[in-house]
Amino acid sequence: MIMGTIFASFWLGKLNLKALPPNYIQMGGAVMILSILLGLLLFITVTKKWKWLYREWLTTQDPKKIGVMYILVALGMLLRGGADVALLRTQQSISVGHNMGILSASHFQQIVSAHGTIMIFFVAMGLMFGIINLIVPLQIGARDVAFPFLNATSFWLFFAGMILVNASLVLGDFAATGWLAYPPLSELRYSPTVGVDYWIWSLEIAGVGSLMAGINFIVTILKMRVKGMSFMKMPMFVWSVLGSMFLVAFAFPILTVCLTLLALDRDLGTHFFTAGGGGNMMMYVNLIWAWGHPEVYILVLPSFGIFSEIVATFSRKRLFGYTSMVWAIAAIVLLSFTVWLHHFFTMGAGSNVNGFFGIMTMIIAIPTGVKIFNWLFTMYRGKIKMDSPMLWFIGFVVIFTIGGMAGVLMAVPPIDFQLHNSLFLIAHFHMMIVGGVLFGDFAGISYWFPKIFGFKLNERLGRLVFWLWFIGFLVAFIPLYILGFMGATRRLDHYSAGLGWQALFIVAAIGTVLIGLGVGVQILQIVISVRDRKKLRDTTGDPWDGRSLEWSTPSPVPVYSFARLPHVTERDAFWVAKRHKIKDKSSYEDIVLPKNTPLSMVIGISAFATGFGIVWHIWWLAVVGLLSVVVTIIVRSMDEDTEYTIPASEVKKMDRQLRAEGGLR
Amino acid sequence: MNVSNNKHEHLDVLVSSHQPEPSTLKNYIIGFTSSVILTMFAYLAVTHQFAGKWVMIIILAILAMTQFIIQLIYFLHINQEFAPRLKLIVLLSMLTVVVILVGGSIWIMNNLNGRMMDTKAMEQYMNSQNSL
Repeated sequence: MIMGTIFASFWLGKLNLKALPPNYIQMGGAVMILSILLGLLLFITVTKKWKWLYREWLTTQDPKKIGVMYILVALGMLLRGGADVALLRTQQSISVGHNMGILSASHFQQIVSAHGTIMIFFVAMGLMFGIINLIVPLQIGARDVAFPFLNATSFWLFFAGMILVNASLVLGDFAATGWLAYPPLSELRYSPTVGVDYWIWSLEIAGVGSLMAGINFIVTILKMRVKGMSFMKMPMFVWSVLGSMFLVAFAFPILTVCLTLLALDRDLGTHFFTAGGGGNMMMYVNLIWAWGHPEVYILVLPSFGIFSEIVATFSRKRLFGYTSMVWAIAAIVLLSFTVWLHHFFTMGAGSNVNGFFGIMTMIIAIPTGVKIFNWLFTMYRGKIKMDSPMLWFIGFVVIFTIGGMAGVLMAVPPIDFQLHNSLFLIAHFHMMIVGGVLFGDFAGISYWFPKIFGFKLNERLGRLVFWLWFIGFLVAFIPLYILGFMGATRRLDHYSAGLGWQALFIVAAIGTVLIGLGVGVQILQIVISVRDRKKLRDTTGDPWDGRSLEWSTPSPVPVYSFARLPHVTERDAFWVAKRHKIKDKSSYEDIVLPKNTPLSMVIGISAFATGFGIVWHIWWLAVVGLLSVVVTIIVRSMDEDTEYTIPASEVKKMDRQLRAEGGLR
Repeated sequence: MNVSNNKHEHLDVLVSSHQPEPSTLKNYIIGFTSSVILTMFAYLAVTHQFAGKWVMIIILAILAMTQFIIQLIYFLHINQEFAPRLKLIVLLSMLTVVVILVGGSIWIMNNLNGRMMDTKAMEQYMNSQNSL
């Protein structure tokens, strides 16, 4: 018996039958995620797509395909995070007075943490890196990123983190601590289950992936621009990505260290953040926000870039105030490191500290405002086409401005003391992250969809999606501002009837239903567009009369991206070439591209094994996973044969054929 | 060679803009050994406590900074090429961020500590609460 226990605890660590979901609702989540997984595997097996999937997608080193995979994972996670919201909003609209609702308090807290974690790390980050992978190389006239293998590995680490978060639905529980897991609540003493460990290790793994991707894109943008594209001739999206990736490179190490220290506290009994033993939990809050505030700008800067491209294209004018836009990005990058204390004004620091960070927070609103005005001036007297990407922009300006002003309000420390941790704050940051980041990513997806897949999305349904999201969003979040003023706090699983909050919570739930409908129509839009893809086909490669280099390639973009490298002499290079009828006279050349390799995926799987092993204290698995990562890296470093060449004659043939089919310029 | 994929052109520029280093292994060994020695000094300084609190803090800070510079030189090869302007900008922005974050954290946490109850008073208070 004892031998058996020792045997089991060696091979399985803390894992046993008790790790299975304890009640029907949690069981439902587990069954759902497992049946989706099994359904997918079955579908691939029945349609005999395994070989194709492996060859074309799982082993690819092509940023255009990696970008699509990022976006697919992120959209899947949007559904997961959305399902969480459905539960939260249901609970909050019915759990009043004697009615305790459908969720236990602990389960409710877990869902809140999972919602926040998934939406930030696996939806917003995923969509952002997806679009960056797809568009940045094309816009700078490069055929690849600087380090293709590193890029694929970043994706697979992101994927491993995503699987680890979702594994918590089936085995064990998730952190019931909020999305940033403040100690002392997240310390072992108060959260003894594996929930916080799942949180730590999924973010640790995905975070390392993000850091590597950040470095990769910095080098790509600095070193791989096509001849003639000086810094001040780069498209604004590239500038914004450069700013964002600088923030990734400087901020993500803080997250990694912070999570590691918390893991040491939990697993080795150190005292970095415990109140006893000389630790200080406020140091955790300080560190996590030193990463967390730049993270907000990491997410929103690329969206700003996307809007800059869209506004110029759909107003048929060059972007107003290019130079001021660049300096606004630079200012935001620097200032975003000087405001982090505004997330914890109430910790009890003196008025000098609070005053300084309050003023810095107000200052950072200035470059952001500069950008909004630049977009509006770009539209002024432009020939505006109101296609769906432009609608997302208009929605963004409305929501982002309201949310931004709420933010400036909370930058005043005495006001923040009233509103800290209230639903007012929740409404504010959802307006920034949904209205700013998500709307930007959606705009980008509908704008660049024809470039990637070769056909446009159905425009009528696209408009419907926008209106459902926009109206649904306002209905869901304006009540939260009011509730916040009435004193409702965040992560509230139950309240008494006498407070009179229920009606507003129900209105918010109705808004969520509208957004849910929007997501449903979004899926329908993709299905219908795929069905009608022949009719919606983009034969020109330039469906919107675009301005930057990606529109000079055929749609969908061939594997080599540019048959002949373009010449850049001015800003908006493709626009200028079209207007002045400049023909590309450079000759075809041999093109070298990276070969497919499964090793990136192996690193991702090994990282998952390591994370899972540490979460459940299955130490042999953790060691095996870590060794496997190291060995894979060594094997890859020894491999000299990582590239293949498409000869110039072949490129010429393919290019002629593609252009003949599509009547390209 | 006819291969002029832009990636390779640019990366070649990256690699060939400086002379191949004479003996990389030697550099790594020097860097590693001196890092280990400096860490040992720091460890021994803490375990033996041979100076007062502030002297110790200054000694540790100097040891850490020395190691930081050694790693920049021997592992990141910061001095082995004529630094282009971009590298300087990256280095300077890194230093700016480090100064803001380290300086800011010290300022914030010190300010907070200054406003905290001292340990004895806190323990007394907590004991009185427990007895309730």
